[in-house]
Amino acid sequence: MGIHEKIEAFHLDVLKEAGNIGAGNAATALSQLLNKKIDIEVPSVRLVDFEEAKNLAGREETVVAATFLRITGEAPGSMFIIFQQEEAEELAHTLTGKTVTITKDATDEMTISALQELGNILAGSYLSAISQFLAIPMQPSVPSLAVDMAGALLDTGLVQASLANDHVIVIDTVMKEADKNENVSTGQLFLLPDPEAFKRIFQALGVEL
Amino acid sequence: MTRLPLHDANHIVKVGMADWKIAVAPDLIRTSGLGSCVGVVLYDSMKKIAALAHIMLPDSSLARNKAMNRAKFADTALEDVIVALQKKGSDKRRLQAKMAGGAQMFSFSSGNDLMRIGPRNREAIVKILSSYHIPILAEDTGGNKGRTITFHTETGELHIRTIHEGETII
Repeated sequence: MGIHEKIEAFHLDVLKEAGNIGAGNAATALSQLLNKKIDIEVPSVRLVDFEEAKNLAGREETVVAATFLRITGEAPGSMFIIFQQEEAEELAHTLTGKTVTITKDATDEMTISALQELGNILAGSYLSAISQFLAIPMQPSVPSLAVDMAGALLDTGLVQASLANDHVIVIDTVMKEADKNENVSTGQLFLLPDPEAFKRIFQALGVEL
Repeated sequence: MTRLPLHDANHIVKVGMADWKIAVAPDLIRTSGLGSCVGVVLYDSMKKIAALAHIMLPDSSLARNKAMNRAKFADTALEDVIVALQKKGSDKRRLQAKMAGGAQMFSFSSGNDLMRIGPRNREAIVKILSSYHIPILAEDTGGNKGRTITFHTETGELHIRTIHEGETII
């Protein structure tokens, strides 16, 4: 029996708590960087098939700026920090003062390095909080940034899970500026633990699988 | 009376990730957001029938689960696609292939093999098609761009849409 068949609703709730702690720390880092109050929504933790997974950041062809990194150690996995096109352009403007269109200026060095640095900071604070909470060391790879179709970029995070399953568990958290209207987000954080990571994660949380 | 352009008037068969489908003229067949996955079209130009497979992994021996989805792997997906086309009256000797995808969306210096899955998918497909003696007429593979591909069963054209480089036809 695959790991996903054993996972029940309360397991997902426990993962929600881990996601909340990671994203809370990331939002604090983003608040400090932008000097704006950033809130997080309650993370959604779901078991989704590949089709749903490819649509997690909008439609398959939606343009996004995504930072991706692999986590190695006892609880391996993949992580994405995703900004929708407008969010990425607004953040790049805040950080560099430049007005850019990321589809056209995808090679603009200042924009790319600003977004890359943003991804580094958010991923680092997210993972260090989760790692501390679970007391599991998590070594992140050097993050890599790309601007392209959301569906194509998310492929990269699905490969590992696809070796064992046709589903993936995703911990998805949306960040928002506190004083902006409800429908405007300021980025999305995804954690996709590899199938073999769950046993270790639940063990750390004192939950049986 | 205004005539609608062909591609607006015809039905589009949509193929999801780790899946394959068949379309018959005048329908179009499409798969969206290919990253490291490869979209392979097998086409019988006489019957004007095409199959499109959205392949995720190079070989079914990689599966860690026996109850696997055969459409996910290059070897099992292509085997099934060829059988299905033959059932629809295609002759294997008439089949020709076009393909696109197999990108590496993020650049990594480290040697994790799964990061190279795009090029590995492409290599596996080339080998499998050659073993079936199916010629590859054209391909747009590799690089670091996402692709949405639409095959026109009437003309045999494969339209490839990207974010940064617009649309090309092979």
